[in-house]
Amino acid sequence: MENDKDVLEVRNLKINFNTYAGTVKAIRDVSFDLRKGETLAIVGESGSGKTVTTRSIMGLNSPNAVIDSGTIMFKGQDLLKKSRKQMDQIRGRDIAEIFQDPMTSLDPTMKIGKQIAEPLIIHKGMKREKAYAQALEMMKLVGIENAEQRINNYPHQFSGGMRQRIVIAIALVNYPEILIADEPTTALDVTIQAQILDLMKELQAKTNTSIIFITHDLGVVAGMADRVAVMYAGKIVEYGTVDEIFYNPKHPYTWGLLNSMPTMDTSGTELPSIPGTPPDLLDPPVGDAFAARNKYALKIDTEKQPPFFKVSDTHYAATWLLDPRAPKVTPPAPIIERQKHYAELVHEELNKSKGNHVEEQEEQL
Amino acid sequence: MIDYSDENKILQVEHLKQYFNIGKANEVRAVDDITFDVYRGETFGLVGESGSGKTTTGRAIIHLYEPTSGKIIFNGQDVSKLDSKKQKQTFRRDMQMIFQDPYASLNPRMKVKDIVAEGIDINHLAKDDADRSKQVEDLLETVGLNKDHSSRYPHEFSGGQRQRIGIARALAVQPEFIIADEPISALDVSIQAQVVNLLKKLQRERNLTYLFIAHDLSMVKYISDRIGVMHYGRMLEIASSDEIYAHPLHDYTASLLSAVPVPDPEYERARVQIPYDASQEFDGKERSLVEIVPHHWVRASEDEIPMYKKRAQEDSRLKK
Repeated sequence: MENDKDVLEVRNLKINFNTYAGTVKAIRDVSFDLRKGETLAIVGESGSGKTVTTRSIMGLNSPNAVIDSGTIMFKGQDLLKKSRKQMDQIRGRDIAEIFQDPMTSLDPTMKIGKQIAEPLIIHKGMKREKAYAQALEMMKLVGIENAEQRINNYPHQFSGGMRQRIVIAIALVNYPEILIADEPTTALDVTIQAQILDLMKELQAKTNTSIIFITHDLGVVAGMADRVAVMYAGKIVEYGTVDEIFYNPKHPYTWGLLNSMPTMDTSGTELPSIPGTPPDLLDPPVGDAFAARNKYALKIDTEKQPPFFKVSDTHYAATWLLDPRAPKVTPPAPIIERQKHYAELVHEELNKSKGNHVEEQEEQL
Repeated sequence: MIDYSDENKILQVEHLKQYFNIGKANEVRAVDDITFDVYRGETFGLVGESGSGKTTTGRAIIHLYEPTSGKIIFNGQDVSKLDSKKQKQTFRRDMQMIFQDPYASLNPRMKVKDIVAEGIDINHLAKDDADRSKQVEDLLETVGLNKDHSSRYPHEFSGGQRQRIGIARALAVQPEFIIADEPISALDVSIQAQVVNLLKKLQRERNLTYLFIAHDLSMVKYISDRIGVMHYGRMLEIASSDEIYAHPLHDYTASLLSAVPVPDPEYERARVQIPYDASQEFDGKERSLVEIVPHHWVRASEDEIPMYKKRAQEDSRLKK
């Protein structure tokens, strides 16, 4: 998996939180790579560890977080070994973050021009005039109209969508290598969400920034991601390219997630849901953490954690169902539909490489 | 199937206006002249962006506000004209609300059984303590919680469980009509489906009517029989959920639907978002809801009707 294109390598990350109730094992052995210019989506429910993972990259975990093991390699250096001062240098320059709530991530008492120019002044030692000129450019780039006048406005003078554009401008003003976007559109309306997502894609194409995109909305993932990692109970349970995860999912949790989201075509009396709730990470289960909610669970799931099984060069899933000794199971019907479509896609791909162009644009799902 | 005859109307909203800060510089016309009916046993979905007035509409219907003008008729009675204490209490029993935030809507200092039983106590629905406990336990089991949970406090529950407590509390007084204001927005995807299934099951078993307020269009489409689309405090379009998706007549509806992210990478790569220019709503023309085809209403001016009629015959503008 390691190659020159990786800008970030997370290996065997384990993070615990010391609380009054005991030690919460929030991240339980997470490894992944982020490549140059790609968007990696991390999907999972609240408490699955997606935010803690990215907070560790940013060095922003709360004081009761203990890094049990692991490395986060960025430009040949382990970010987990950096001091706070050193992280201050990296944060906002090489790695920047867009937070979920544009209402609270801006300073309400500071004009937005200053907030956008600040990273330039701090990290590049730029003079005020030059930094403000660049901030103005950035405002135009993220689509804020009348930038010349609005540079002197305060955050409360902007709508939610405009504020998120400002947050994006602040994050990108130093052209960071890595942009972490933690549920950047969850607080926004669908029409505004679509604009912000388009803007992020457009800016990524211009700047070649690598994006880690955290969300629980699979619809957003389908539109944004190149690769997807699915997290559950502090672990990555499946990862692959966006097509592999959506059209050829192998982990029962991924099946459950894909099924429980109604699309515009879903009908029927019962929505397929995942029963139960995620496990308590104060005392994580011995075997597969998803076993208790998984109707496809095998006996071994309660005894031993599944390793990653290879599906393709880019696609891995941690489920015993992929073990050659496991009994064959039939996935839920909508998943079979998705897999059929995947087979068609692969077939088309093959035909294309043979030179037979298949003209089937409007393939029904 | 739902009976869409006039006798089966449970709620009639007529020319409802809800303004705030009237006469001042910061007057807000949160709801501006909306009219719609809800029929017994159906789920009416109310969608729109934040600020479109959908929550205000819900709150005005349950009479948390005094309407600026217009009428809200519930079970044949104007809710603004309930004068006796008894009438008001019956209204509050028949209509209940489930709130968006399962963390803020439960009193952290009350035990679950007291939260659920509050309505039972106020309406004297329990004969004695044993009956009260029995009712609470039954309600908790109905919503899929363990009856042993009744002496716990809200903080001991997850978001999905708390929302179930909120549903149990609403059901405690045996309502006919429930206003669910974004009941699943604060929940995780895997939990959302559980709560939606629960709401649908309860509706089947108890013949409940829902006003389901949400901004998640795919979930609204799934749960609702009919959908009303709101924008800038006005109702722009009302139709059955299948019809509104197959033939969104108003440009705003089409734009809203085209912006919904779909968990399908191929669809997403080919997505074309339909832009919407809101200025068309403010060209000064006189507009009202017009029934373009049976049961499909759109806010239109006289001269726009032929255009909408034509549009209703054409194929959906949304790519499938």
